[in-house]
Amino acid sequence: MEFVLLIFLPIVAALFIPFLFRKIKGIHTGWFVLLVPVVLFIYYTTFIKTTMEGGHAISELQWIPTLGISFVSYLDGLSILFSLLITGIGALVVLYSIFYLNRNKEKLGNFYVYLLLFMSAMLGVVQSDNVISLYLFWELTSISSFLLIGYWFTRDGSRFGALKSMMVTVFGGLMMLGGFILLGIMGGTFSIRELIAGSSSFAGHEFFTLALVLILLGAFTKSAQFPFYIWLPDAMEAPTPVSAYLHSATMVKAGLYLVARFTPIFAVSEVWIWLVTGIGLLTLFWGSLFAVKQTDLKAILAFSTVSQLGLIMSLLGAGAITFHVDEALFSFAMFAAIFHLINHATFKGSLFMIAGIVDHETGTRDIRKLGGLMSIMPVSFTVAFIGSMSMAGLPPFNGFLSKEMFLQSMLAIRHFELFNFATWGIIFPVVAWVASVFTFIYSFYFVFRTFTGKRKVGKLPLEPHEAPVGMLISPVILAMLVVGIFFIPNVVGKWLVKPAVMAIQPYQYSHPSEVDVHVSAWHGFASVELWMTAGIILIGGLLYLSLSKWQKFYRIQPESLSLNGLYDATMTFSEKGMNRISRLYMTGLIRTYLLYIFAFFSITTIAMLFLQDAFVVDMSSFSKINAYGLINAVILLLAVAFVLLSKTRLGAIISLGAVGYSVALFFVIFKAPDLALTQLVIETVSVALFLLAFQRLPKLSDHGETKSNKLVNAIIALGVGLTVTLVALSSHSQKLVASISQYYKDTVETEAGGGNIVNVILVDYRGFDTLFEIAVLAIAGIGVLGMIKLRLARKESSDENK
Amino acid sequence: MELVMAILIGVLFTAAVYLILSRSLLKIIIGTGLLSHGAHLLILTMGGLGGLAPPVISKSVTDFADPLPQALILTAIVISFGVTAFMLVMAYRAYAVHKTDDMNQLKGNDEHD
Repeated sequence: MEFVLLIFLPIVAALFIPFLFRKIKGIHTGWFVLLVPVVLFIYYTTFIKTTMEGGHAISELQWIPTLGISFVSYLDGLSILFSLLITGIGALVVLYSIFYLNRNKEKLGNFYVYLLLFMSAMLGVVQSDNVISLYLFWELTSISSFLLIGYWFTRDGSRFGALKSMMVTVFGGLMMLGGFILLGIMGGTFSIRELIAGSSSFAGHEFFTLALVLILLGAFTKSAQFPFYIWLPDAMEAPTPVSAYLHSATMVKAGLYLVARFTPIFAVSEVWIWLVTGIGLLTLFWGSLFAVKQTDLKAILAFSTVSQLGLIMSLLGAGAITFHVDEALFSFAMFAAIFHLINHATFKGSLFMIAGIVDHETGTRDIRKLGGLMSIMPVSFTVAFIGSMSMAGLPPFNGFLSKEMFLQSMLAIRHFELFNFATWGIIFPVVAWVASVFTFIYSFYFVFRTFTGKRKVGKLPLEPHEAPVGMLISPVILAMLVVGIFFIPNVVGKWLVKPAVMAIQPYQYSHPSEVDVHVSAWHGFASVELWMTAGIILIGGLLYLSLSKWQKFYRIQPESLSLNGLYDATMTFSEKGMNRISRLYMTGLIRTYLLYIFAFFSITTIAMLFLQDAFVVDMSSFSKINAYGLINAVILLLAVAFVLLSKTRLGAIISLGAVGYSVALFFVIFKAPDLALTQLVIETVSVALFLLAFQRLPKLSDHGETKSNKLVNAIIALGVGLTVTLVALSSHSQKLVASISQYYKDTVETEAGGGNIVNVILVDYRGFDTLFEIAVLAIAGIGVLGMIKLRLARKESSDENK
Repeated sequence: MELVMAILIGVLFTAAVYLILSRSLLKIIIGTGLLSHGAHLLILTMGGLGGLAPPVISKSVTDFADPLPQALILTAIVISFGVTAFMLVMAYRAYAVHKTDDMNQLKGNDEHD
């Protein structure tokens, strides 16, 4: 089967959703939607067997073959891992949303269409082998994320957050497109596989670093890295199932996917390793530091997501070191990155769902109003506890394992000799440790401030109680995974992580089993990581207990000096500035626009005539001056002068008629009897029409047009007149190709059996033209009739803006 | 003769553009009328004016006028009539609704952006 088509399965399913939502009232629409990710998940698991052996599967659908653009589904260890995450978490989130979103109150038709659209887009991102189609899907995820954040579009916050995420991620997407095109120029192909295979040939290319930075901009904006993370906290306005799905488990990991996918191409570069590791670590630190400041449950989780994404990013950067040094010391990093990516999806997904449950059952997410929910919501508390402890990096949860590996990798960086890492390397474990302390604090802050302590019953909008069973299924499954993975890390490693690592480091491994990493919880008392973890627990615990004493220091930073302030200022400035600039030339007056058109027309035409030496006057080709023609020309000039100078409507109309009749005379003089006849008839009717209409029109007036405006009009008009004269002369004097008239002349009798060539051309050779001409007349006629017949009264109510 | 015609066409276009740029709706319609006359003559002149007989096949004639521009112009005359009629009625209608033919007042306002 062509499994590339499966990428589009969710979109196809989305077509039926509005119909199902309207017609089938008894069943929650989510149950139908649930089928899609479940089927896809089961289908994609069948590929694990292939990828475990280091194999891959390809399915291709041509799109624009002449440009080398196609939809290619390339399933290797990395793609399969992401596809399983997207469909697996997707299924859980849809299940959760069935109980979260009320069938009768919410516009489920919209919601699930957006969600399925996102699913297709995300699958496309992680499976595409062609960078152009990857870019297409990438932007589609931004758009569906925009729609989902703005789902409650009547709220100001939703619209603001949606726009913010759109601005930041689409900016990054466009940068990334630039990077892709540069890659295409350097490598001569848009296929990622072929680019990787040929990467050694263009590593020294002048565009190499530029392409690298542009692609990283795309990854950093999407994965909410510093300083682009600002959109993610505002994206929390989305319904909680969306936050759990897009903004923690899948979409924000697209940037990580991109970095992982392009590591084989760019790992050779010093800039890549520094940027990915450095920005990742900075984001880790920054996110964890500010997570403690938040008071909204989802905001805490948003900053924690930012921070954890930074952690994985820095591991990907550290993993790229293996390209330079083949030592076991560094081989941990890539494994740790992928492993933590899975772990993060499990524990953060469950935590988001719990935040949603708390919101749903108590009516608030403000941590200052919450407390003491443990006895009322025991299951939720257990799940939240498991998730938070995993996030804090404590055993026996999966976060502990990947956190240990992370610390190990950061410690290893000290031993990397190249690119000044030996000098600066000590910073990495230190920052990682400090960030881990804050991670510990916000994890405790999240779970214990919500579920323990005194109950503040009066402050809650709703009477709290445990969530319905259906809503708890998904977070409980995820929490079970959190615990389960701790006990079978090496199975997960063998099935999912190692094939993915092999896909990222093809230069190092040819089979997943060569990835020589064995995860164990206990490394003995001599290991530095153990003592670092002990320090985290000790210092973190002390700081958590004294949180109320130092949390207020966060308020020192003024809002206007933050990155959000910068974003707001930029947006306001560009909106107002652009508005001002466009108002300068978009006056709303038709004269202004016509001036632009006419001026542009004459300037470019005259410039081209002289730049290309196209202006030629060939006197010898001119026909003789005709006395009648000359007299007629004088008449026409006089008539035009009368039109211009006439003070009355009647005078102008009659002079216009005179112009028309003298044009008809020209047709007679230049041997065009058909034209002359038509022109005479039409001109007569036109004048009659003018005379009919003019009674109902106001007197001729220039409405107080200023002298200078008239002067400008005259100059532009003269320019146009001059241009047309020059064009007329040179086009008569030189013909690049022979006229097709000769063909008509030769064949008119034999092919069409007619003598009057003009008539035969109109009704025979160009019969369709004439037919459409009649259609145009008919449309004009209908328009005329409509405007005369329609009543005037309805103009008030038809204005949409009122 | 082509030189004379070219200048004449230039004059027609100049007058037409000048009228189209004015603020009165009626002047604009008259301007488009002049513009189409100018365009018709332009097509005719580009093809050449030298033919000795109308483009009708007969045994005695060999040098007749170029039929192609004439066919194009014939179409254009009819279309321009349609346009003129449409615009006239539109002007009538606009004046009936808004009580003005001043283009500056017909431009709409910020609410309608």
